[in-house]
Amino acid sequence: MVMASTTEEQDHHGHGHVAHHFDSAQQQFDAGKLGMWLFLITEILFFSGLFVAYAVYRVNHPEVFIDARQHLNTSLGALNTVVLLFSSLTMAWAVRAAQLGQHKLLSNLIILTLLCASVFLGIKSIEYSHKWGEGLLWAGAYTYGSEELIEHDKSAAKLAATAALGAPAALIVVVSGAILVFWRKRLSSVVRTLVAVTLGMGAIYFVGVGIGIIVEVLTHSSVSHASGDPSISQVAGTPGPGVFFSIYFTMTGVHALHILIGMGVMLWMLEKSLRFEYGPDYFGPVDFVGLYWHLVDLVWIYLFPLLYLIG
Amino acid sequence: MTSHDHHEMTVSSFVSTYVFSRDHKIIGLQFLFSTLLWFLVGGLLALGIRWQLAYPWTDMPVIGSMLFSGEGGQISPEFYTVLFTMHATVMIFFVIIPVLAGAFGNYLIPLMIGADDMAFPTLNMLSYWFMWPAFICVGGSFFVPGHGAASGWTSYPPLSDVTAASPGSGTAQTLWLLGVTFVGISSMMGSVNYMTTIIQMRAPGMTMFRMPLTIWSMFITAILQAFALPVLTAAGFMQLADRTIGTGFFLPEGNVINNSVAAAGGGQPLLWQHLFWFYSHPAVYIMILPAMGMVSDILACFARKPVFGYKPMVYSISAIAGLGFIVWGHHMFVSGMNPVLGMTFMVSTMMIALPSAVKVFNWLGTVWGGKIQFTTPMLFALSFVSMFIIGGLSGIFMAATPVDIFIHDTYFIVAHFHYVLFAGTAMAVWGAIYFWYPKMFGRMMNETLGKIHFFLTFIFLNGTFFTMHILGTVGFPRRLADPYHYETFRHLLPMNQFMTWCAVAMVATQVIFAWNFIYSIFFGKAVGRNPWHCNTLEWMAPSPPGHGNFDFQPIVYRGPYEYGSPETDQDYYPQTQPPPSSA
Repeated sequence: MVMASTTEEQDHHGHGHVAHHFDSAQQQFDAGKLGMWLFLITEILFFSGLFVAYAVYRVNHPEVFIDARQHLNTSLGALNTVVLLFSSLTMAWAVRAAQLGQHKLLSNLIILTLLCASVFLGIKSIEYSHKWGEGLLWAGAYTYGSEELIEHDKSAAKLAATAALGAPAALIVVVSGAILVFWRKRLSSVVRTLVAVTLGMGAIYFVGVGIGIIVEVLTHSSVSHASGDPSISQVAGTPGPGVFFSIYFTMTGVHALHILIGMGVMLWMLEKSLRFEYGPDYFGPVDFVGLYWHLVDLVWIYLFPLLYLIG
Repeated sequence: MTSHDHHEMTVSSFVSTYVFSRDHKIIGLQFLFSTLLWFLVGGLLALGIRWQLAYPWTDMPVIGSMLFSGEGGQISPEFYTVLFTMHATVMIFFVIIPVLAGAFGNYLIPLMIGADDMAFPTLNMLSYWFMWPAFICVGGSFFVPGHGAASGWTSYPPLSDVTAASPGSGTAQTLWLLGVTFVGISSMMGSVNYMTTIIQMRAPGMTMFRMPLTIWSMFITAILQAFALPVLTAAGFMQLADRTIGTGFFLPEGNVINNSVAAAGGGQPLLWQHLFWFYSHPAVYIMILPAMGMVSDILACFARKPVFGYKPMVYSISAIAGLGFIVWGHHMFVSGMNPVLGMTFMVSTMMIALPSAVKVFNWLGTVWGGKIQFTTPMLFALSFVSMFIIGGLSGIFMAATPVDIFIHDTYFIVAHFHYVLFAGTAMAVWGAIYFWYPKMFGRMMNETLGKIHFFLTFIFLNGTFFTMHILGTVGFPRRLADPYHYETFRHLLPMNQFMTWCAVAMVATQVIFAWNFIYSIFFGKAVGRNPWHCNTLEWMAPSPPGHGNFDFQPIVYRGPYEYGSPETDQDYYPQTQPPPSSA
C-alpha cells in the first residue's frame, strides 16, 4: 500500500511519524494511548477469569491451599518480585528518556529492562524444575508423596527440567554468538547491537538460573519439612493439592508468556531506539510498551501474595 | 483527509490491495464474503438436523450416501450431536458476530464518522486474518477422529472436559476450543480498534450525539465485546489445559467416566458455566445491537422522518448493554445454581424488557405518519421490528424461573433465539446488505428479486420457527436425535415434517439472493453517491469510496436524521451541507 511505503521512507528521515489517516501527531498519540489502555482492560479481564477460578477453589478447599502453599519457595518469589519491580523502574525511566530525547540512555534502559526480564525467567525456571522433580504438578500429573518417587529420581528429574527449560536460552546464546563471530562484519551496527543484546539476554537467563539454585539450596530446609506429609498427597478423584498447582502453573505460566511477548516487543522497540527514532516529538510506542510492562508487573504483584504468602 | 492523496496506487500489488489489505473497506468486504460462505455451511448443517427430525433413521436422499456412507446414508445419534453443535458454532462465531462487527462495523464506522480509515489499520488486517486459523480449526474438526465437536456450542464440562466423555470430544473438541480462542483474539483486536476509532477519529463537527445510531450501536457492541470476551478466553484456556494436560479445573470430585475414576478432581463444573455465560450473554447483545442500529438508520431513511427519540435510543442501547453484564445466570436456572441467585438474575433479566420496549416504541414512532417507501431494505427492517417483538416477548417467558424450568430444554428456547437471531439479526443483515450495497459496489441490487427474496424468506422462516413455539409448549425436547423414542412426542412428527420443508424452501430461496448479489456486482444498475437520498456521511463519499474514503474534508453541521427539515427544499438534509445562513 501507499501508506506502508511512504511511512517507511519517512522513518529514515526522522520526520513524519504521522500515518496518513491521522490529522496530527497528537491525534495519533491519543489514539495509540487509548487503544493501549483498552487493550490493557481486556488483559485485566482475561486475568480476572483466572483470579475468579483461584477464588472459587480457595473458598471450596481452603485446607488444600494452606498445605500446598508451603511448597512454594517464598524467597525465590520475593526475589523475582524485586527484579520485576526494578524492571518497571527502568521502563518508566526509559519513557522519560524518550521524552527528553536522551537516545543513548533510552537504549541502555531498554536493554536493562530486557536483562531483568531474563533474570526473572531464569529464577522462575528453577522454581518450575524444582516442582517438576518433586512431582508437585497440576492435578492430572501430580505425583508428590507417592511411593515411586525416590530421592535419586528427583535430582535427575530436576536437572532434566532445568536443562529442558534452559534449552531455548542456550540455543539463543549459540545462534547469536555464532552470528557475531562469523557475520560480524556484514551486519550494520544496529543489527550487531541487537544480536549482542540477544546474546546477553540468553546469557543472563543462566545467571538467573544460578541465583535461583543458590537461593534454593540456602532455603532448602524450610521447604523440605513438608516432604512426605501425607496430607499433601493426591488421592485420585478427590480434591487435592493438584488443583492448587493447576492454578499455580496456569497463572504463572500465562504471566511468563506475557513476559516473553513483552521481551519480543522491547527488542523491536530497541531497534527503533538504536536508530534514534524516539524523541520529544515521537515517543508513543515507548509509552505504550511501558504501560503494558507495568500491567505485567502488576499481575505479578497480585500473584505473589495470593500464591506464595497467604497461608 | 491529509495532505498527500491516496489514489496514486502505483506501487501496490494485488496482494497488498485485496488480500493483506489494511483498508477498512476491503477488510469489511473480506469479512462479508467469508461470513456469507459460512452462512451457507451453517444453513446446510441445519438442514441435516431438520432431516433427522422429520424423517428419523431414514437415508438422506442423494447426498446421504456421500456424507455418511459408513452408516448407510443415515445420521447417527453422534453425528446429530455434531450437527447441532457445529450449526450453532458456525452461525454464532463465523456468521452473526463477524458479519455485524467485522463486515458492517469495519465498512461503516470510518465512513459514517468521516474518517479516512480505522485508527489501527494493521491491527484491523490482523483481526480478519486471525479468523482463518479459527476457520481451519473448526472446519478441520470435521475431518479428525470423532468427526466434529459434539458438546454443544456451550461446551459444558465434564462432557467437553474429558477426552473419553463423548465420541466427538477427541481431537475435535480441542480444535473447537482453539478455534474459539482465535475468534476471541480477532474480536478483541477489532473491538479495541472500533472504540479507539469512534472516540478519536471523528470528522470536525461530528459530536457523539450527531453520530448515526449504527455507529452508536457498534460502539456499545465493541465495549461489550472487549470487556466480556477475555473472560471466555481465560475459561477456554483453562478448558484447553484440562483436555491436554489434565489440570482438572472443571472436573468435579468423584467424577466417573467409562467406569474409571478420573485422575483429577476437586474442580468446579459450574465455574465454566459462569465464565462462559459471563461472555456469552453479552454476546447475545453483540449479536443484536448492531442490527438494531442499522435498522434504525434504514427506517428513518425510508420513512423520510427523523428517528423518534434519538437520545432515548442511545440510552436504551447503553442500558441493554449495561444490564447485559448482570443477567448471565438466567442461562443456568436448571444447572443447580442457588435458587436465591436465580431470583436475582430473573429480576435483572426482566428489566431488559424496559429499554427493549423503548426501542420498539421508538421504531414505531419513527415510521408513524412517515412517507414510507417500501424498498427491499425497508421491508427487511420492518420485518426485523415485528419479528424482534415476537422474539423479545418469548424471552420474558424464559426470564421467569418457574416457566424456564419447564421450557428450558424444549423447542420453545430454540424458537426464541431463532426469532431473535434469524428473524431478527439475519433479516436486518439482509436489509443492510441491500441498503449499503450501492455504496460497496457502486451498483444497485435488483429490487424485484429482492422483494421476492424477502417475502419467501419471511413466509418460510415463520413456517419453520413459529411452529417451534408450539412444539416447545408441549415439551418437545431439544438436542435429542430421536424424540419420537418417547410415545408422547410421536404425534408431533407431521409438524416437524412441515417445518423441515419450510426450512428447505427457506434455504432454497437464498439462491435468489446469491444470484442477485453476484449478478449485481457486475451488471447491476450503476448509481451515484446517494441513491437513497440519505443524510449520513457515507453517502457523501464516492460509490464505492476510494482509498482514504472522502474526496473532500467532511464537516458536520447537524444530526444524522434531519429528514423533512424546513430549512431546505429537499426532504433530506445531509450532515455535511452547510446551513443557509453560512452559505
